[in-house]
Amino acid sequence: MASHAAAEDIHGHPALQHHFENMEQQREAGTLGMWIFLVTEIMFFGGMFLAYALYRTLYPAAFASGSNHLDITLGAVNTGVLILSSFTMAMAVYFTQVGNRRPQIICLGLTLILGLTFLGIKAVEYHDKYEDHLIPGHLIPGRPFDPVVQEEGQPVDHHKLHLLPGATKEKVEMFYWIYFAMTGMHALHMIIGAGLLTFLLIYSMKGRFDPEYHSPVEVIGLYWHFVDIVWIFLFPLLYLLGRHYH
Amino acid sequence: MSEHIVSVRVYITIFMVLLVGTALTVLAAFVDFPWRLNTIVALTIATIKATFVVLYFMHVRYSTRLVWVILTSALFWMGILFAFTFSDYLTRDWISIQR
Amino acid sequence: MVRNMKAIESFEVPAPPRVNYINAQYGLKSWLLTKDHKRIALLYLGSITFFFFIGGIYALMIRLELLTPQGDFLQSTTYNKVFTQHGIIMVFFFLIPSIPATLGNFLIPMMIGAKDLAFPRINLLSWYIYLAGGVITIYALLAGGVDTGWTFYTPYSTTFSNSYVVATGLGIFINGFSSILTGLNFIVTIHTMRAPGMTWFRMPLFLWSHYATSLIMVLGTPVIAITVLLLAFERIARVGIFNPALGGDPVLFQHLFWFYSHPAVYIMVLPSMGVISELIANFSRKNIFGYSFVAFSSLAIAVFGFLVWGHHLFATTQSVYAGMIFSFLSFAVAIPSAIKVFNWTATLYKSSISYDTPMLYALGFIGLFTVGGMTGLFLASLAVDVHVSDTYFVVAHFHYIMVGGALMGYLGGLHYWWPKISGRMYPEGWGRFSALVIFVGFNLTFLPQFVAGYLGMPRRYHAYPPEFQVFNVLSTAGASILGFGMLIPAIYFVWSMRYGRHAEANPWHLPGLEWRTQSPPPTENFEVTPIVTWDAYEFAPREETEVVGKFRPELEGI
Repeated sequence: MASHAAAEDIHGHPALQHHFENMEQQREAGTLGMWIFLVTEIMFFGGMFLAYALYRTLYPAAFASGSNHLDITLGAVNTGVLILSSFTMAMAVYFTQVGNRRPQIICLGLTLILGLTFLGIKAVEYHDKYEDHLIPGHLIPGRPFDPVVQEEGQPVDHHKLHLLPGATKEKVEMFYWIYFAMTGMHALHMIIGAGLLTFLLIYSMKGRFDPEYHSPVEVIGLYWHFVDIVWIFLFPLLYLLGRHYH
Repeated sequence: MSEHIVSVRVYITIFMVLLVGTALTVLAAFVDFPWRLNTIVALTIATIKATFVVLYFMHVRYSTRLVWVILTSALFWMGILFAFTFSDYLTRDWISIQR
Repeated sequence: MVRNMKAIESFEVPAPPRVNYINAQYGLKSWLLTKDHKRIALLYLGSITFFFFIGGIYALMIRLELLTPQGDFLQSTTYNKVFTQHGIIMVFFFLIPSIPATLGNFLIPMMIGAKDLAFPRINLLSWYIYLAGGVITIYALLAGGVDTGWTFYTPYSTTFSNSYVVATGLGIFINGFSSILTGLNFIVTIHTMRAPGMTWFRMPLFLWSHYATSLIMVLGTPVIAITVLLLAFERIARVGIFNPALGGDPVLFQHLFWFYSHPAVYIMVLPSMGVISELIANFSRKNIFGYSFVAFSSLAIAVFGFLVWGHHLFATTQSVYAGMIFSFLSFAVAIPSAIKVFNWTATLYKSSISYDTPMLYALGFIGLFTVGGMTGLFLASLAVDVHVSDTYFVVAHFHYIMVGGALMGYLGGLHYWWPKISGRMYPEGWGRFSALVIFVGFNLTFLPQFVAGYLGMPRRYHAYPPEFQVFNVLSTAGASILGFGMLIPAIYFVWSMRYGRHAEANPWHLPGLEWRTQSPPPTENFEVTPIVTWDAYEFAPREETEVVGKFRPELEGI
């Protein structure tokens, strides 16, 4: 009866939505929903990993050449930054679970800052590619893919592309569109993640989350960890391919 | 509340493991392993790192079996995409057309 | 409260409330910002009908052009745009969302005894995303159209076509999110929000097939999303992802495209099969034969459907060995569908069939889907496929499944649940008449196409050799009848909303949970959360309620 349903609302948590029976059901639904969304993300990135795997198999020397030209230091630092941000995100969830608001807010803030740091380093890398005419195709009108190739016997210039035996400039372009497509898509997901973290920060500071209700923190944490995992695979596949060729 | 709260000790340990793994993978990249072992080593380290993130940071170790099934299904499906597509590319040369 | 529980057990329902989900709130805002899954289902119903109409106009133009062997009605480039857009609108904006977004949205919470889906706001967002994708696609169509075929094969679509490929691709990409969110919502709802006592094996088969459909939506749609993005990237940046001149492989595009688009056809047909299970069981008043086999066959179709996409690549440079594997698996995927057909037929045997309109559609489905499915086996055979690939044989095959199958299920379900959705009955005589007209028109349209295709008439041609004209004339004649037949329900459904006979809570006298609340339902679906103690298709004999009536001594405590 209507009055019975109304009584339930009065006694429920203020964040309990009308169509759920209790907070436990709501939390379970939210977590499951995010996991299924991550399934779609796995399949989404999976398509690009497939293209990568195929073209790497077809053009190994070109891929190694392109990979060698990436800045391994920046890539490794970025990997460390993301792993640290995953740690701070996990800590943010922990502090929310135990109800420590100040450390929770600090950890969320740190995660956001680290994410933005990652994006900043990425921007530096992209700028370097722009400088070296490595943006693939005609993505930048008037500045097509046209790197200068390192000649034999000349002093090593890190802005020039060193081609391994069997690699051609055209096939190296294949590497670069894959590089930009995958890291670009990853960066887009980081930006979205940063937006979500900002939202979490604001609501945390307003005291919206407590040990009873912190599903958004947990669920956005899952998303953040997923983006980290994508990078954990992207880093070796893109940056560490050809280092053992000397 | 049926939620399991993972301890700070565990989080710090996993974080250290991940950093070590990153260092390892960078070092291994400069060693010239025979055949295709470089790729295999890199992917193995990456998989181990990812597994730790999934199990502990994403709490799958303490989650219901349904979550575990969802996750493994997604990986399996990506596997289908890879396996069947590569079954095409790797076997294309098996038939030679007599001219 | 106790009285209401008894009422649910004894098939009685409380007196109709004055307020239902339609008149609970008035005003445009209450509809456009609703969180009620039933209202969202109606919003979808309107938009999907709109897109069906547009797709139908394109079909009309195709059939008019093909009346004569010469290309005299449309220029060849225009014809390319017409069949492309017919395909895109029908596949992405009608067939894929149709049953899940309308009937699924409306009925899933009711069938499990919940107040709404797990994520009502995401449900509404899903509709807006669908609209956004639709608006962008319509813009692309109006601005000049796209002529690549709905399959967007490269490198034509990325390098040579001068049409609005990127805009259309964007529309499809956005629309994909609508599909993903709907599937996500359904999966979480069915896992977490079933009423007490509603175990998995007490669920109606409609829910099993929607669950399986949602699995496909969630696992497959992201792949076409990334494929469309890569297509756009190649077109805009002029790189060589799928372009052989720059080192790419056009077959990679086809692999990625069909990895989604084959399971997509199961997204289109599985919900319809779920409807048919409901119609067959309920209109023959008999428990479905082999319930668990039908339930598991839905899951099997969802899984196996992902393993067969290479059968669209038999006529490409795909490896013959891979082709053999795909061919074998394509035969295998027919088995679960066949299991369903066998079980439906076995259900009908020695049952009490009533030939109401929904049942006519269901019976039509069984026959037409069988023809479509069996011609699919022709196509699964490598050698035959090389012969009939890109001919009208393929066109006829998939129209038998999509129109003869999926659309029949959609119409049958709409008629069946119309009293629940609108509180009104449609006119039964007109319903049966239009079902028969549609059946006749459909067969006249597509049966000749099998022959034409087998004899060699290619698809996607606006002009053809004169020996195929007789088949095309028959086909166009059938299309006119089909179109006329489909206009009739459009008219009488709208008519019935104002002038139709008021429907009671359970006009068909059936045990389903959705029939145990008012027609139309109140916003929260049920007055009390039901406690389910019965199986999905447990029928009480009609005589019992009529003769014994409301007096049930055992319930009155005597």
